[in-house]
Amino acid sequence: MGYGRKIFNWIVLSALALALVLELPVRAHAHGEGGDVIVKDIVLEHIGDSYEWHIGKFVGKHVAIPLPVIVCSRENGWKCFSSSHLHGGHSYEGFHIATEGAYAGKVVETLPDGSQVRPWDLSITKTVAGLLINSTIVVLLILGAARHYRKRRITDSAPMGLAGLVEMLVESLVDGIIKPCVGPNYRKFAPYLLTAFTFIFINNIMGIIPIFPAGTNITGNIAATFVLAMATFLVTNLFGTRHYWKEVLWPEVPTWLKVPLPIMPAIEIIGLFTKPFALMIRLFANIMAGHSVILILICIVFVTARMGATVNTSMSIVSILLGIFMNCMELLVAFLQAYVFTMLSSVFIGMAQEGAGHHEKKNDIDNLTTKR
Amino acid sequence: MGLLQPESGLLFWMCLAFGVVLFLLCKFGFPIILRAIEQRREYIDNSLEEARGAREETLQLKQESMHIIEDAQAQRWRILENTRAEQEQLAHQLKEKAEKEAAGIIESARMEALAQKEAILREANEHVVSLAIAVAGKVLMQELKEPQAQEKLARKLMDKVNNTQN
Repeated sequence: MGYGRKIFNWIVLSALALALVLELPVRAHAHGEGGDVIVKDIVLEHIGDSYEWHIGKFVGKHVAIPLPVIVCSRENGWKCFSSSHLHGGHSYEGFHIATEGAYAGKVVETLPDGSQVRPWDLSITKTVAGLLINSTIVVLLILGAARHYRKRRITDSAPMGLAGLVEMLVESLVDGIIKPCVGPNYRKFAPYLLTAFTFIFINNIMGIIPIFPAGTNITGNIAATFVLAMATFLVTNLFGTRHYWKEVLWPEVPTWLKVPLPIMPAIEIIGLFTKPFALMIRLFANIMAGHSVILILICIVFVTARMGATVNTSMSIVSILLGIFMNCMELLVAFLQAYVFTMLSSVFIGMAQEGAGHHEKKNDIDNLTTKR
Repeated sequence: MGLLQPESGLLFWMCLAFGVVLFLLCKFGFPIILRAIEQRREYIDNSLEEARGAREETLQLKQESMHIIEDAQAQRWRILENTRAEQEQLAHQLKEKAEKEAAGIIESARMEALAQKEAILREANEHVVSLAIAVAGKVLMQELKEPQAQEKLARKLMDKVNNTQN
């Protein structure tokens, strides 16, 4: 108890100190530029994508890492150039970043006849760069842990350090959700589920850390969660048993629900798609909302900058305290959403793995899903 | 709504990145970790089983040794008991024998004493008798100096004889 109180006091004190330290530059900023802080734009910019990696503003200068733009022009084929050529609305080889319209914020190509089209765009944007960095971290983490076992015999003691951490995670996931949800042949699916968990978890955690090279919003991007949900969909249905497909196409319900109008099969087939859709939306919405809330809370400091020293200082304290709370919350959500994604994927795979004689197992899984 | 619209470039990169990660981890990552965990679990289970076996064996050995010790102790007790009994018996016998001998010695001593006493008495009697006879003879001689006295005596004797005959 005493220890927790000490930490709490420490947090409050440092929030106070931070607020006082931040007070001056923020006010200078607010007065100097004289512009309003538009929270919506800040939030959308942070959770959205961009062609350069904006790190921050130091001594009045924006520091950003230019990233490669890879586009397929309608006329000249594939082009690859640095995004610094497009900085500040400049045009390069007929390409520029649109500022308005349907393609706002994206690279568009101006054709000779003056019309603007969206080329095939495989640019390494900020999100893609973050994705590649995080993927590298995931691979290094797990392969590093796996490499640890090559030098060891089974008679050695359990590993310590990184491998021990990974092993603990793997063991708890396998014993806690994969084995009970997937069923007897869980070994076949455990690598996929563990990969999904690690990938989502690392991306979530890296999204919370605000400084380069972390801080990209990947699992809060619909494309990323779409691919993850698609992977679960494919694994579930490609490895589905005959019993599973029979349950989908010819379920055990009164015949009039199936014969003239295939009501139940239609519902079941829609269900095939709603499950991964729910996975996709759940992860995306949770992470995006978390990022937005943290950003908005931090924006309070800047929004209140023009309301006088007292208001700004007190609101800064509130903002920082709430920001700390939300960051802790997001830490929990980062784990929880990875866990929930893995668990639901396990449940879907387990349902598709059901043999003819496993009815009681299905009930267990149904109970588990409704509980969550 | 831009947020809900997956960007094709990002989809491509995501498919690629996740695909590569999935391939690498499913090929070289998790199976190794899972196998290691399973093998260690098996090894621990086996070790526990072995330990239990060893413990039971030790317990059995301990019990056996306890039995042996108990047997040895019992034997010792038996031997001691036997020895004691034999000793007692021997002592008893010796005592009896000694008593018997002592009794014999005492008896013979008594007998001898008796015999000697009798002999002494007899001798004394004989002595007294001869003394008495001598004294009586002397007395008789004194009394029967006169004939009347002899006669009186003879008569008295005769009476006595007659009385006894009747």
